[in-house]
Amino acid sequence: MKKFLNSPDTVIDDALAGIAAAHPGLAVDTRQRIITRARPTRPGRVALVSGGGSGHEPLHGGFVGTGMLDAACPGEVFTSPVPDQVLAAATAVDSGAGVVLVVKNYTGDVMNFEMAAELAEEEGVRTATVLVDDDVAVRDSTFTAGRRGTGATLFVEKIAGALAEQGGDLQAVADIGRRVNAASRSFAVALTACTTPASGRPGFDLADDEIEVGIGIHGEPGRSREKLLPARDLADLTVRTVLEDLPLSSEDPAIVMLNGMGGTPLLELYLLFGEVAARLSERGVTIARSLVGNYVTSLDMAGASLTVCRADDRMLELWDAPVSTPALRWGL
Amino acid sequence: MDSVTIDLARAWMRAAAESMDEHAEELTRLDAAIGDGDHGSNMRRGFSAVAGKLADTDFPSVGSVLTLSGRTLISTVGGASGPLYGTVLRSAGKRLTGSTASPGELLDALRDGMEAVRGLGGAQVRDKTMVDALAPALAAYSAALEDGADLGAAVGAAARAAGEGAQATVPMTARKGRASYLGERSRGHQDPGAASTALLFAALASVVGAPDVR
Repeated sequence: MKKFLNSPDTVIDDALAGIAAAHPGLAVDTRQRIITRARPTRPGRVALVSGGGSGHEPLHGGFVGTGMLDAACPGEVFTSPVPDQVLAAATAVDSGAGVVLVVKNYTGDVMNFEMAAELAEEEGVRTATVLVDDDVAVRDSTFTAGRRGTGATLFVEKIAGALAEQGGDLQAVADIGRRVNAASRSFAVALTACTTPASGRPGFDLADDEIEVGIGIHGEPGRSREKLLPARDLADLTVRTVLEDLPLSSEDPAIVMLNGMGGTPLLELYLLFGEVAARLSERGVTIARSLVGNYVTSLDMAGASLTVCRADDRMLELWDAPVSTPALRWGL
Repeated sequence: MDSVTIDLARAWMRAAAESMDEHAEELTRLDAAIGDGDHGSNMRRGFSAVAGKLADTDFPSVGSVLTLSGRTLISTVGGASGPLYGTVLRSAGKRLTGSTASPGELLDALRDGMEAVRGLGGAQVRDKTMVDALAPALAAYSAALEDGADLGAAVGAAARAAGEGAQATVPMTARKGRASYLGERSRGHQDPGAASTALLFAALASVVGAPDVR
C-alpha cells in the first residue's frame, strides 16, 4: 500500500486539518469532528446535516456551504459517525427552524442517526430524516438491509439545500428530499477494488480482464463478476439496469450524474458519459442537467456510477439555484 | 466463584479490550471478505476507550460497569457495531443494580441485552449476525445452570457455544447488515460480528476461570 499518510490511525484528524486549512468558508471542529459553515445559520432557516463514513470525499464535507449542507459529520473510513457527532452538528446549526438529517441507507448510519435524532429532540431540536436508498444493485431488498444510499445523496443534498436556502420549512425541505430520492436510481461498476488505510489491502481481487458489477461505495464486492467490456457495452448495461427500475418518458427532464469512484481519470469518465448520453438518448431520455466528476467516491477505487433522477420543473429550478461549496459551485 | 462482582465485570471488559486488540486483524480480515474490512479496528478503538474509562471510574454496581462500557462503545465505534454492542451492554447493565449478581441474574441481564439488540437490528437467528453467537451462548449458559453448573462452568459452556455459533455462520447467507448486499456470495465466510461476540464470551470465561476455554 502506498498512500499519503502519517499513520492509519490519524487519517481523519489529519485530513480534517487539511480541510480547515484549505477552506476558510468552513469551520472545522476537529475535536467533535464536525464541519460547519463558518457563518451561523440565519434565524428561521432550516438547516441540513449529513454525514457518513469517510472515504467518499468530497461527500459530505465538500458539500457544506451556501445552498447545500450546513454541517457534515465524517466518521472513520467507511464507518458511520457516532451519535455524539451528529448531535453536536445538529445543535450547532439549528436556528430554531429544525434540522433535516440526510442519511444514506446503511445499517450503521441509520442506527447512529436515529440515536442522534432522539437525543436532539430531547434537547429541543426538531429533526426530520431523509433516507437515501437509490442503488438498484441490491436485489431482494426485503431480505437484506435494503438498497444502499449512493449517488442520489448529492441530488438530495443539492435540491433540499436549495429549498432550505429559499426559506422552505422543515416539512417542505424533508419532503422535496424524499421526492428526489424516490425519483433517483444508481448503478455502479468497479475496475479495481479500493484499499482502506486500516487494512492496507484491496477489498477484493480482480484479474486484469475482470470487473465487479453492482458495487457499493465501501469497497464491498458487487453482485457479480464479469469480463471487462468496451465502454459502450458497459454504458449500455448500466443505462439498461437503471432504466429497468426507473421508467422515464421523453417529457421527464432527467438529471444525470456520471460519478467517478476516485481512481478513474476524468478523461475516461467523459468518454463513458458520452456513451451513457448516447444510450439514454436512444431510449428517449431527455438529459436536462448533467454532472461528470468524482463526487461520491470510494477511496482509490477505479470505477464509475450512474445516477439518474426523474426530475420535474421544481427540482430543476432548485438544482439550478446558486450553490457555493468546496466541491459544487454555480449560479453565483 | 458463585457470583459476579463489580471487579469481575471490570476485569471482563478489560479482558475483552485485550482480546479485541489481539484479534483485530483477524476480525478485519473476516469483514474484508463480506463487508468493508474495518470491524477489527472499530472494535479495538471502542474497547480501548472502554478500558480507559474503566481505569478512572468508581462503579456503584455490576450493571454500571456494563452500561458505561455500552455508552462508551456507542460514542466511539460508529458503524452498526457501536450501537449494537453498546445496546447489548447497556441493556444488560440496567438490570444488575447490586454490587454482586448471581449467575441467574447475569443470564436475565444478557437476555435483556439480546432482546434489545434484536429489537434494534431486527436480526433473527440464522441471519448471519452476532445473534448467531449470542443466542446459542445464552441457551448453553441457561442449560448449564439448570444442570447445576456453577458460574465458571456455565460461562465456559456459553463461550464454547458462542464459538461454535460463530463457526456455524460460515455457510449461512447474510440477511442483515452490509454482508446482505452480497446475497448468496456471503456464503463460505464467518460473520465478523458473530466472531467478535464469541471473543466477548471467551473474555468472560477467562476472567471467571472457566475450564477448557482459551
